[in-house]
Amino acid sequence: MSSVSITASPVVTAKAKASTSAQLWKHIRKYPSFWVGLIVLVFFGLVIIFADQIAPVDPLAQNLAQRLKGPTELHIFGTDELGRDIFSRVVHGARISLPASFFVVAVSLVMGSLLGAAAGFAGGFIDEVIMRLADVTLAFPSVVLALAISAFLGPSLNNAIVAACIVLWPEYARLMRSQVIVIRSHEYVVAARSLGMREPSILLRYILPNAWTPLIIKAALDVGSIILLVSALSFLGLGVTPPAPEWGAMIALGRTKFYNWWLATFPGIAILCVIMACNLLSEGLRDWLDPNY
Amino acid sequence: MLGRYILQRLLLTIPMMLGISLVLFLIYNLVQVDPLVMIVGERALDKPEIVAAAKAKWGLDRPIWEQYISYVGNMTRGDFGNSFLTKRAVATDLITFLPATVELAISSLMFAIILGIPLGILAGVKFRSLLDRVVWFVSLLNASLPPFWSGLIFLTIFYFNLGIAPGPGRLDPRMTDPVRVTGLLTVDSILSGNWAAFGSALHHLMLPTLILGGFTLALVVRVTRAAIIEEMRRDYVRTARGKGLSERNVIIHHALRNVLIPLVTILGLAFAGLLSGAVMTETVFDWPGLGQYLVKAAVNLDYPAIQGGTLLIAFIYVLINLTVDILYGILDPRVRYE
Repeated sequence: MSSVSITASPVVTAKAKASTSAQLWKHIRKYPSFWVGLIVLVFFGLVIIFADQIAPVDPLAQNLAQRLKGPTELHIFGTDELGRDIFSRVVHGARISLPASFFVVAVSLVMGSLLGAAAGFAGGFIDEVIMRLADVTLAFPSVVLALAISAFLGPSLNNAIVAACIVLWPEYARLMRSQVIVIRSHEYVVAARSLGMREPSILLRYILPNAWTPLIIKAALDVGSIILLVSALSFLGLGVTPPAPEWGAMIALGRTKFYNWWLATFPGIAILCVIMACNLLSEGLRDWLDPNY
Repeated sequence: MLGRYILQRLLLTIPMMLGISLVLFLIYNLVQVDPLVMIVGERALDKPEIVAAAKAKWGLDRPIWEQYISYVGNMTRGDFGNSFLTKRAVATDLITFLPATVELAISSLMFAIILGIPLGILAGVKFRSLLDRVVWFVSLLNASLPPFWSGLIFLTIFYFNLGIAPGPGRLDPRMTDPVRVTGLLTVDSILSGNWAAFGSALHHLMLPTLILGGFTLALVVRVTRAAIIEEMRRDYVRTARGKGLSERNVIIHHALRNVLIPLVTILGLAFAGLLSGAVMTETVFDWPGLGQYLVKAAVNLDYPAIQGGTLLIAFIYVLINLTVDILYGILDPRVRYE
């Protein structure tokens, strides 16, 4: 008996392996957007981790003898007004934009969905207070409100993050509330309630686990939107302050210098890649998790 | 029924605007900017008669809730204080700068709708064809481009290198503005019969419209495509086909009407994108509109101007959403009975 199981087991694992890689391949072919988006984001994640190894020079190091040089073998993305290496600055810029954006989306997702779930589940006065606050915030186009908040708090990365959180949380609150209200009336929730389950447990065990999908899809998209928002604020002079190598602030340096096209081009391509990856990831997630769409 | 619905929606905007003004009022008080400095400016602070007049007008010597009431009172009279930067009344500034943004937003929206609906229909009807894939990729690209960057790239290519587009601004710098009637240069130049200015104004609108309208275009294409795919599977389309109508006829006379409803609902979202995008696009193209005014105010800490500009944009946005809701109610009678 034992010999059979010994000879059989490797075959089984090999088969299982083949089937998981086949499944993976099937998944990749079915949801290419998701995988392309994920791979690009993982690539940027690696850039963040190994930025010091990838960047040939210090992103802040000035070399006035080499100022405003176009792309060469030595400086593949060229140099800026102060002779700083743009490639090194773009690489290090990933360390600012991406973590800031993930942080904003995580905070807004948690805060917004908690408040939205509370509003949808409790109803009445709590619902009114939370949702009217959300309505007022949503009454401003996001960039406009973030601009006003940043202006009053003063230009810095932290203040741009605060402004972005204030702008973003109501969107999650509204989405979560509508999810909770729909799910609350489903039969399995009614059944749980009639079996004597208490309301907080119903919320935690039945409603929230079923409410997540659209919020996750939105979160993937918003990582890109927040990168756009933060870099736009920096571009306008209201976000990250010099000399930090933030992508939007770098584009601002190339604003009036049409001849030195490389100043703005490369940081912009980095922003474009990240936003596009987020759009693809979100679209793929929607196809995967929300087949009814 | 419809009249009552419109009235109800109109009344709801009043508490909304009060809430918006309260939020702005609280932000200004929370960040501890001395409101007196905001109103009279730093230079006039040592003139007691100006300070006393401002205090009385804005109720600064009274409790905070009374201050809020006089703040709202002044705003409903259109008084937002004076801009530090331009030294004029913020209300006058807003009226001066608004038309440029309106002109750009209308032209961007027209571009997005005129190009977006046919593209969306083609992509949806030829679902999963090569054309559908190309349209999908172009809208993905448009939705991912940072407008402040793509504007710069377009200026570099089409203005600096190729010379086929004009530089920043609304009109050729050698031309004088046509007599101001609406503030929309295209309309004013037609009214005054100045065709050279009309051509120049249109030419200057080209690049900013492409950039600002690009995001809206992606939105319109996406929604039209999804809606037409949905509608083409419906029974009434099958019936129309069964009657022997041509495919073209089925799409234009039957399916398209129902595609318009989801399109109307995204108009509010499209306008939010246009107003947000205007802030970035106007800065790149040196377009003297509300967005650029707001950015300059924010960078120079011109508090009355930030406050007035933000409030006006929020007001426009609320009005647009109101219009969209009413239009939706007219187009889709089911909404009114909810």
